[in-house]
Amino acid sequence: MKKQLYFLVALLVAATMVLSACGAAATTPAPAPATVAPATVAPAPATVAPATSAPATAAPTAAVPTDLPRNETIFISGAAWGPASTWNPFQPGNLANTSGTVGLVYETLFGFDPLSGKLFPWLADSGTWKDDSTYDLTLKSGLTWSDGQPLTADDVAYTFGLGKTDTALWFNSLYTVAGLTGVTATDATHAEFTFTNPVYQQWDNFLYNLPIVPKHLWSTKTADDIATGANANPVGSGAYLYLATGQDRNVWQRNDKWWGIGTFGTPAPKYIVDIRTSSNNVALGMVLQGQLDLSNNFLPGVASLVDNGYAATYFPKAPYMLAANTAYLAMNLSKKPLDDPAFRKALAFAIDVPSIVKTAYANLVNASTPGGLLPALSRYDDTAVQASLGFSFDTAKAKQMLAAAGYKAGADGFVTNKDGSPIKLQVTCPNGWTDWMAAINVISSSAQAAGINLVAATPDQGAWNTALQSDTFDTTLQNNTALSNTPWTVYNALFAHPIVDQMQAGNFGRYNNQAMFDAVDALGRVKATDDAGEKAAVSKIQTIMLTDMPVIPLWYNGAWAQWDNGPTAVWTGFPTSSSSSAPTYPITWSGYWQTGGLQTLINLKLATH
Amino acid sequence: MRRYFGRKLLIYALTFVLAVSIDWMIPRFMPGNPIRNMLARVTVATTAGASQALYAYYSHLFGMDVPLWQQYLNFWVSLFHGNLGISTFLFPTPVSQVLLNAVPFDLGLLIPSILVSWWAGNKFGAFAARSKWLDNTVSPLGYVLTATPYMWLGILLAWLLGIVWHVFPIAGAYSFLMLPNFSLSFIWSLLQHWFLPFVSLFLVGFGGQAIGMRNLIIYELEADYATYLEALGAPRKLIRDYAFNNAILPQITGLALSLGVVVAGALVTEVVFSYPGIGYLLLNAIQNQDYFLIQGCFLFIIFGVLLANFIIDIAYVIIDPRTRRGMTGGTA
Repeated sequence: MKKQLYFLVALLVAATMVLSACGAAATTPAPAPATVAPATVAPAPATVAPATSAPATAAPTAAVPTDLPRNETIFISGAAWGPASTWNPFQPGNLANTSGTVGLVYETLFGFDPLSGKLFPWLADSGTWKDDSTYDLTLKSGLTWSDGQPLTADDVAYTFGLGKTDTALWFNSLYTVAGLTGVTATDATHAEFTFTNPVYQQWDNFLYNLPIVPKHLWSTKTADDIATGANANPVGSGAYLYLATGQDRNVWQRNDKWWGIGTFGTPAPKYIVDIRTSSNNVALGMVLQGQLDLSNNFLPGVASLVDNGYAATYFPKAPYMLAANTAYLAMNLSKKPLDDPAFRKALAFAIDVPSIVKTAYANLVNASTPGGLLPALSRYDDTAVQASLGFSFDTAKAKQMLAAAGYKAGADGFVTNKDGSPIKLQVTCPNGWTDWMAAINVISSSAQAAGINLVAATPDQGAWNTALQSDTFDTTLQNNTALSNTPWTVYNALFAHPIVDQMQAGNFGRYNNQAMFDAVDALGRVKATDDAGEKAAVSKIQTIMLTDMPVIPLWYNGAWAQWDNGPTAVWTGFPTSSSSSAPTYPITWSGYWQTGGLQTLINLKLATH
Repeated sequence: MRRYFGRKLLIYALTFVLAVSIDWMIPRFMPGNPIRNMLARVTVATTAGASQALYAYYSHLFGMDVPLWQQYLNFWVSLFHGNLGISTFLFPTPVSQVLLNAVPFDLGLLIPSILVSWWAGNKFGAFAARSKWLDNTVSPLGYVLTATPYMWLGILLAWLLGIVWHVFPIAGAYSFLMLPNFSLSFIWSLLQHWFLPFVSLFLVGFGGQAIGMRNLIIYELEADYATYLEALGAPRKLIRDYAFNNAILPQITGLALSLGVVVAGALVTEVVFSYPGIGYLLLNAIQNQDYFLIQGCFLFIIFGVLLANFIIDIAYVIIDPRTRRGMTGGTA
């Protein structure tokens, strides 16, 4: 019997080894032919995803390194939350795990500097409105794709043309909304865009968000492949090349033949290893171990690390971080008593934003202005309107306003509807978003202190999202007001229109006011060069917004960035508020490489100890 | 024999169909809509009209524009074609591909930790039983270990051995400075990164197995046959060997029953150590309501647990003569 047992154990062990061998085969490839560069990094050839297999047509012939020298490698994290799935630059919603796809590999016509609030030419040399409906674009000369082919205006015309017919591409709205009617390449470096009734502000946004793809490789793809294909082994024009991907990392290698080296400079790290951490705790541990050079994770305790010299951030003290977007309270305007502007204004006064900044964020963020625009766009703010119509935390005033509006306290001390029925509202955020969970607790308790029975609830992300889009929430936190070159993007998200069955793009509370929609549309059609016109349009929007209070801007979520500056730090030269040279926005999330991420790498230097 | 396995296989097949059906159903009971969640990630300026068109496009792509019953039938049809659908969280990667890339890491953790902790736990439990000194020191330790949540032990190990003493890395499957290749240094790196997650799984399993075996041995040593052997003057080692052989049977059953818990523990451990595998994928799949990836991950778990149970069934036939006698009796 005992022998049989041993036999059995041996059998199991043998089975295990076979299985593990299969496993090993899938993680550690056979010593693949060294000439097939990118493919060797993917898991075993036989089991590789289409996404990670087939070598690029123009695979570099140099052998792929197996060990990256530490002094040529930068470790970053905070962008990726799963294994790489796509390198298709036209799937912005899915590029978080391969954030370098746009900005490192594929480039945009312009970049955007969130610190100055200005676009700067990238692939473009310049762009001007020839007349009210014609935009002239001049490309830099000498642009090349990483396969050696020249990048010309033909590629630009091809890329913008794709959105014309294919509704599955997000930039189809260039044609349906922004007013673009056609684009032609007039010569190798000039393209002409024709519009009817253009939305100038949106156009500028496209200029730094739409990546240009090579016509010679993309014109052979099917429409479905262009919209939904994974585009393995991307060939772009950018400063880095795809090198490898794994379950928990993406590796990019510097393109030493990049056209931009003469213009922008050489990015310091030869290799970028973009690390997927499974939680912010792991990222924190890695920062402490000196295993992350630049972390774009939200690390709640980072303020004390900075104060004690373990890490550094853009500002040496509060708020430590630059602002990335505005967190605001969305309210369901079809629900009593949230349909009453007086009640909403009272709620705005009741919310204790200073406590949110202090306790939920440990001073890592700043309170928002009542208009909700990021500091980079503050030049558009109408300070007079905000001063007269704005709000600030004041419990007594909130109580006063409620009483003045006719909301009387019930038996439990909370105000009731005007018909005497009790008010019971929820404030929600997705479960697991710890900073927001702490914030809604503050919102709930401070509203209760003012007599509004608002309770915190944390549904699952999916349920939360569905409630948001289908108008079945009471009040909730939102921040779909991404960093932008124009206040139009922010207000177009807050007051998206028309109101449809499922609101996906914004205006979740379904604020239905034609005057506001007209004001937002009018802002969109002001030329980006017309500062006075922009200010007047924003003033009009802020007046309606602060009178009606359909949303309550609360605080600026941070552009979380902390870096190693300890005695073992490999890289130095990260941007800080006291940098002598023009600081850059040190963010590596998807869509942020062209807003300062790459510039940050260009400005880095090897630390000398 | 054939009848025995025939019956077993039928039960496994039924369990499989039922489990997979539940696996299909549960995500769909969750409030929310995966395609809307996927599209909600598109933060660039879109408009109401444009998002409507995108929604229609992706609905059709994921086969979610047909009635639910038809989706269920389509699911089984494609399952038999080996097609698990496309992940929405990791769009456009097919789920089967996602699993193929992740599962080796799970197997590499699970199989050694289950087998080694079972083997070592049993050996040690048997050794510790009735030894006053060991019983007083090791048994309480075993109780503590087996009651420790996987996650907590993992965090403790990562903190102590990773952050405080810098002995082991705390994240990743191999050095972030390496690309996979067949070299000693790479394999060494794989092992280093594998060690902590393995140890946290091993320790919890070891505690449970040791406690179980210790109790069983004490029970067996009090059985009549042990007393009789003792009265005959049989050597202590012989008696304990007999006791061990009898005690191992319930331990095998226990192993089969505990597999689900171990798999769940492995998933949590992977998240703690930022180790690749389906643990972290499943967490994200659930948060993003990725029906197809949830189905795929659970399919792997269902299949794995059923397969392991089947292997244990075969093992039973080999090591327990009563099963064999029962079968021959049955067929005769």
